[in-house]
Amino acid sequence: MHQAMMAETVTIAGHGGDRIAAYFARPLGPGPYPAVVVVHHMPGWDEATKGITLRFASRGYAAICPHLHYREGGGSSPDDAAAAVRARGGVPDERFLGDAAGAIDYLRSLPYCSGKVGAIGYCSGGRQVFLAACSLPVDAAVDCYGGFVAESPPEGMPLRMAPVIDRAADLRCPLLGLFGAEDSHPAPAETRRTAEILEQHRKAFEFHTFPGAGHGFFATDRPSYRVEAANQGWQRVFDWFGRHLASA
Amino acid sequence: MCSHAIEKTSVTGSGKGTKGWFSLSTACVCFDHPYFTPLERTLNIDFIDEASGPEARVAVELSPDSARALMRSIQLALEAG
Repeated sequence: MHQAMMAETVTIAGHGGDRIAAYFARPLGPGPYPAVVVVHHMPGWDEATKGITLRFASRGYAAICPHLHYREGGGSSPDDAAAAVRARGGVPDERFLGDAAGAIDYLRSLPYCSGKVGAIGYCSGGRQVFLAACSLPVDAAVDCYGGFVAESPPEGMPLRMAPVIDRAADLRCPLLGLFGAEDSHPAPAETRRTAEILEQHRKAFEFHTFPGAGHGFFATDRPSYRVEAANQGWQRVFDWFGRHLASA
Repeated sequence: MCSHAIEKTSVTGSGKGTKGWFSLSTACVCFDHPYFTPLERTLNIDFIDEASGPEARVAVELSPDSARALMRSIQLALEAG
């Protein structure tokens, strides 16, 4: 664990050249460090997700968490911004990809970055990471209980998101999926379907479904937290990034 | 996952937020993960004015039983009036 770190809010160029905020943390040292883009969950760019970003820095990664709701509420509290985004049906996929591409570019521009960049996302961020892994230059990806990868949202809901499984053929990096057996979005049947399609395309992936855990089992500030699943999940995450983001 | 199952309805009225009273345009209702309440899922209502930015918002997160009790209370109050 790196005891000395620094963290700050930076401004990056997101989709369409928009300037958006991002929380950035890194070990204090010369590097080279692999890097991780942390994609926050639907409740927003909150303290919990910034804590996850810090955790990656403490484990030797340059980590960045772009504020995906910045345009709707950059100066507002995360929950107000998230509510505004929710009322509009979520973050458009194209805009997310532009923001994630900006975060990746930012990381690769750092003199102490090794050039290896992974992505991890939670909840809606899990689906977004699947999308990023099919579209952007990332070296490893982790989807934590992202729903609507293979299935459509409920009928009549004002959501912009659609299933992204039709992009599976384009998956360009190893994908780790961490899911809860008690989750309903994604339910185990949906993650099995995603796995079947990835197998058909001969993609490198590992899916793990934890018994006794539902949606949000990593969230230490919520009743959905499941310590055993979260601890095992973190081990899987660091093992995955350790293997796939190591410098040659 | 957060179900993202949202019911939106236009409303006429006012709400009092962090900056005082404002006119409401919309109520967004969902039964989903709460932001603050220590429950797995709650009935969440955002009373908002979409034209006035994210802070024009009055938010509540209610347990399912509380939400049903509130529905009955609203119905009774309207009938009594």
